[in-house]
Amino acid sequence: MINLSNIHKSYQMGSNSLHVLKGIDLKIEQGEFVSIMGSSGSGKSTLLNILGILDNYDEGTYHLDGKLVKDMSEKKAARLRNEMLGFVFQSFNLISFKNAMENVALPLYYQGVGRKKRNKIALEYLDKMGLLEWANHMPNEMSGGQKQRVAIARSLISKPKIIFADEPTGALDSSTSYEVMEILKEINAEGITMILVTHEHDIAAMTQKIIRLNDGVIAEVIKNGELENWKDQFSKKDKLEIA
Amino acid sequence: MFDLDLWKEILSALKKNRMRSFMTAFGVFWGIFMLIIMSGAGKALENGVMDGIKAFASNSAFFWTERTSKPYKGFQRGRRWIYKNTDIEYIRNNISDVEYLSPRLFGPRNYAGDNTIRGKKTGAFNIYGDYPDFFKIDPWTPLQGRLINEIDIQQARKVVNIGERVVEVMFDKEEDPIGEYLKINGVYYQVVGVIKGETRVNIGGGRKTETIIMPFTTMQKTYNMGDDVHFFSVTSDPGVPVSKIETRLKTLLKERHSIAPDDLQAIGSFNIEVEWKKYMGLFTGIQILTWIVGVGTLFAGVIGVSNIMLVIIKERTQEIGIQRAIGATPAKVIMHIVAESVFLTVIAGYIGLALGVGILEVLNFALESGGDANDIFFRRPEISFQMAVAALMVLVVSGIFAGLIPAKRAVSIKPIDALRDEGI
Repeated sequence: MINLSNIHKSYQMGSNSLHVLKGIDLKIEQGEFVSIMGSSGSGKSTLLNILGILDNYDEGTYHLDGKLVKDMSEKKAARLRNEMLGFVFQSFNLISFKNAMENVALPLYYQGVGRKKRNKIALEYLDKMGLLEWANHMPNEMSGGQKQRVAIARSLISKPKIIFADEPTGALDSSTSYEVMEILKEINAEGITMILVTHEHDIAAMTQKIIRLNDGVIAEVIKNGELENWKDQFSKKDKLEIA
Repeated sequence: MFDLDLWKEILSALKKNRMRSFMTAFGVFWGIFMLIIMSGAGKALENGVMDGIKAFASNSAFFWTERTSKPYKGFQRGRRWIYKNTDIEYIRNNISDVEYLSPRLFGPRNYAGDNTIRGKKTGAFNIYGDYPDFFKIDPWTPLQGRLINEIDIQQARKVVNIGERVVEVMFDKEEDPIGEYLKINGVYYQVVGVIKGETRVNIGGGRKTETIIMPFTTMQKTYNMGDDVHFFSVTSDPGVPVSKIETRLKTLLKERHSIAPDDLQAIGSFNIEVEWKKYMGLFTGIQILTWIVGVGTLFAGVIGVSNIMLVIIKERTQEIGIQRAIGATPAKVIMHIVAESVFLTVIAGYIGLALGVGILEVLNFALESGGDANDIFFRRPEISFQMAVAALMVLVVSGIFAGLIPAKRAVSIKPIDALRDEGI
């Protein structure tokens, strides 16, 4: 599904160049539930942006569903994002002057689906998230968990193959976080590839595979079975590093 | 291509940001409103002045005599001289390109005391002797009866045309002046017409309504004026500038009356064409000024829209980022912003246009219904249909322009930067 080989990315900061990704090789199969971890500045958000075709990369190759994604025109990228990918963000990124239903229906608007039809579909998805009675509420009238569920419904409505979640639980308390993770798990169980960026171990522990980034390279890839021990090992190591 | 959904999106985006939309629209509204009001007022001034002179033959020139300023052929300077019937005959027969030629005599004047008597009523009026051609140069309309005609001239009939004020002074309210007699400087004349001048130009001064016109020949004979001609008017054939005739006539008359060819003072003349051009120049100037100021104001409004759009884009960077993350193409984003901008400018402009025209209409109504319209040099404020259309086109174009710059900017921001913009 996703095949990265030797991806490099640097940012120009005035006269300085910041080399963020230093050769990433990564394979993610369809239906996987992967989390990307790493301390801040390790390049995890950058990696997610490149995977989501929200950003370009400088070197290497990125194959998405067998197709090479490189120097794409904005139009093509937009279409690809619309058809293949769904996004969930830490800050929900709902459009503040649209109600929940309209927010969910937005991707279909860009596909050219008629208003009535897309609103009907949006209601179905809101129903799945248990938010049917909140359909006509504005984002600022909803709690964080509700907003995130609206955002998830929005990412699902275009029936994507992959959902990218950038710190989806970052702004939520732990019980709400677990609820959201349950929803993401259910979605994953329907066969949609799920890639999430997080720095919370317990959240990462709910995924099948953890990719740990350190200073722009992949430091570790840990599969589900190894997670239990890894958790302790990781925290110890962290402490050591700090000391 | 009408995209109902696009318009619904735009309407809801504008409705949910009411203050912002209003402020944006106001600049454009004000620009077009000012343009309409100023242009309408300029036009009203033009109408007011032009109504007074437009019926007047614009290709006419007028001649009178002054004392000579140079000695010539044994004559001293300062000599008084006068046109003769033979001059008129000569011009009529020998000068080409002359359309109408109308000599005039100045009879008794109103400032010299009462000169007209009827029973117990007396009045002081300006009395002229004219040819019917005069009515072709400075048009008069008969309110009652008829104008002086060619037969009156030939037979030197003792008939007069009188102005409205003369009727007021010399007749009782219910009296019909036609067929009645007036005694002017001791001689009786029959009133054959009550006439009203179509223009406010008055040769010889005084009020136009206080005029009495009799046949030229009648005046010459009755008051022992011999073959004198005090004044004459000419108009040129269509397409010939009257200035050309003016020059030729001056040369000819100087020759016939032994006046030095370089005497600039002896022949007094007045050329309406030149005055007309001055007026035209003035009003063109006013219109140009109006457009410069109006378009400037409008432009400021459009810059305002563009500016506010830029701010909005900045404010909406995140929104645009989200939209692009979930699949909006750059074309769609540009389309959306431009359509929004055009929609705002056009609606605001249209309201400005409508309100401006409405105020002009109210002003017009107030002017029409109040006071003596003859004395107001401000009439029928209006704007032309072409101008309204032009203004609307300017609006649409500037709306596109005002939207395009921020739109281009909006899509030049990468979606990821747009999403980060919020500052997490």
